[in-house]
Amino acid sequence: MDWAVIVSDAIRSGIGPVAAVYALAAIGLNLHFGYTGLLNFGQVAFMLVGAYGVAASVSTYDLPLWVGVLIGLGSSVVLALLLGLPTLRLRAEYLAIATIAAGEILRLFYRSSWAEPVTGGVFGLQRFAVEFYDVSPIPRDTYGFWLVRYTSLDLWALAVAWAMVLLAAVVIALLVHSPWGRVIRAIREDEDAVRSLGKSVYAYKMQSLVLGGVIGSMAGMMLAIQNQSVNPDSYDPVVTFFLYTIVVLGGAGRVLGPIVGSILFWAILTFFDSALREAIGAGYVSPSVISAPEVGAVRFALVGLGLVLLMIFRPQGLLGSRKEMLLDAR
Amino acid sequence: MHADLAGLTADPGVPKPDPLLVVDGVTRAFGGLVAVHVEHLEIQRGAITALIGPNGAGKSTLFNVLSGFDRADAGRWTFDGAPVTGRSAHRLARRGLVRTFQLTKTLGRLSVLENMKLAATGQRGERLVAGLLPPLWLGQERAIEQRADELLERFRLAHMRDEYAGTLSGGQRKLLEMARALMVRPTMVLLDEPMAGVNPALTQSLLSHITDLRDEGMTVCFVEHDMDVVMGISDWVVCMAEGEVVAEGPPRAVAQNPAVIDAYLGRHHDEPGTEYDDG
Repeated sequence: MDWAVIVSDAIRSGIGPVAAVYALAAIGLNLHFGYTGLLNFGQVAFMLVGAYGVAASVSTYDLPLWVGVLIGLGSSVVLALLLGLPTLRLRAEYLAIATIAAGEILRLFYRSSWAEPVTGGVFGLQRFAVEFYDVSPIPRDTYGFWLVRYTSLDLWALAVAWAMVLLAAVVIALLVHSPWGRVIRAIREDEDAVRSLGKSVYAYKMQSLVLGGVIGSMAGMMLAIQNQSVNPDSYDPVVTFFLYTIVVLGGAGRVLGPIVGSILFWAILTFFDSALREAIGAGYVSPSVISAPEVGAVRFALVGLGLVLLMIFRPQGLLGSRKEMLLDAR
Repeated sequence: MHADLAGLTADPGVPKPDPLLVVDGVTRAFGGLVAVHVEHLEIQRGAITALIGPNGAGKSTLFNVLSGFDRADAGRWTFDGAPVTGRSAHRLARRGLVRTFQLTKTLGRLSVLENMKLAATGQRGERLVAGLLPPLWLGQERAIEQRADELLERFRLAHMRDEYAGTLSGGQRKLLEMARALMVRPTMVLLDEPMAGVNPALTQSLLSHITDLRDEGMTVCFVEHDMDVVMGISDWVVCMAEGEVVAEGPPRAVAQNPAVIDAYLGRHHDEPGTEYDDG
């Protein structure tokens, strides 16, 4: 069992482009759930429309990448308005129902044979990221330290994705400490009180939904570009629940919570994956107990166990404040 | 008693010399139950009006309708001369009609100071894009903070300024809610059971805060069950029963009014057995 391989795998995953993409999407979700109290169970839908905005524009319609980015952002705004207009005046549960349904409806719609001429249906789309990698200033090679190596393409995607995470975190930090942020945090606590003080709760909830959704769509674009392909089935509801795991793990309603959460989530997941494979390879775990193809499922069970322990010993998440958490129960 | 209200006939719906809030034919029904049916009611500007009545009389429902937290099935009402029928709660608050709640709604995971600052109106930094640019709103924020600190001082909450509002006691929450309402600079405050669940010592302090509001020119209307409180501070008392205004007048007169006694003790209380006569 080679610990160097296991640890380096975990580090590579924790700071890799996928962790950055999930951190970005979780920042959007944290604005919804952690700050505004909106129960958005369809963050993956925003990622999907962002990803396909880029992929379909470039791959199907031969538009330049930047046009695709604008279309992706535009689609997420439209989606947020469509979800918010009918539900944000109602109780929180209605948004939850609408978003979880919208996520699945959009995935099934994008993979349908009817939409295939545009979205590629079940085959997805490829060859839309060329422009992105063409502008990379990084010469072809592998980079990194110790056993943690990235190709030049991955390093470019990683750098851009983390830059976007940083930018989004700065925007959120400025916003939540402004009077605007005070209003949305107050809405999380009690909508009626905020209404009685002369604020249009509906407008603020809508702004929060749109902004968090736009950040989610940027994450979807980066995921598509990093994979250099899109497929509807990689945008299933479980992505949203990973994002919730990340937000809760890092600490909901904390600026750095989603970032810390995403790094740890992917590092721990890969650590279990790599450790189990090494253990099976070295004969510590009999293949009759866990066989190599089952590792993928078992690591999620272990992550689940970790979350249960987190809820028992640190329910506020890693960066959350216990004092604040306890106020909730009163 | 308030000088302007002296010499008015104490009939339900009597016109006031300078009404701030005028209610006409407001009805609110829940299924078959008519919770509120107010023919005509005027609330005098600059006075303290108490709204009393037994449980289920429709006092809180009337408050909810007038403050935009519930819709009326019929009727019109005007505030400060302008028609505001069906206006949403936040628009009414911006016009100067601010309410508090029977169950206090402090914002637990915001600090006491943040609770106060939230309530200031016309904040530039409350717009999304401006929020990103602190130089646009920092000056205004400092002015708001100063006003909040003054109010916290006055309501004896200054020592709790930076604590989470969720750590306040029940009575302190009532004080905070009242102070926070003042941050809106209201012309009228509707207080829904301001004394509920407050210990007697704090009741005195809350009472003096309420009379202070009137002395500063604000109009106060409150729902209350404690008759000592009602008799002590109100200039005018309106009694509701079964959704309707059954009596109004100066506190002493209302206390003697047979309609009010009927409302609290039930009709025919002096004629035992009459209900069973038809059987």
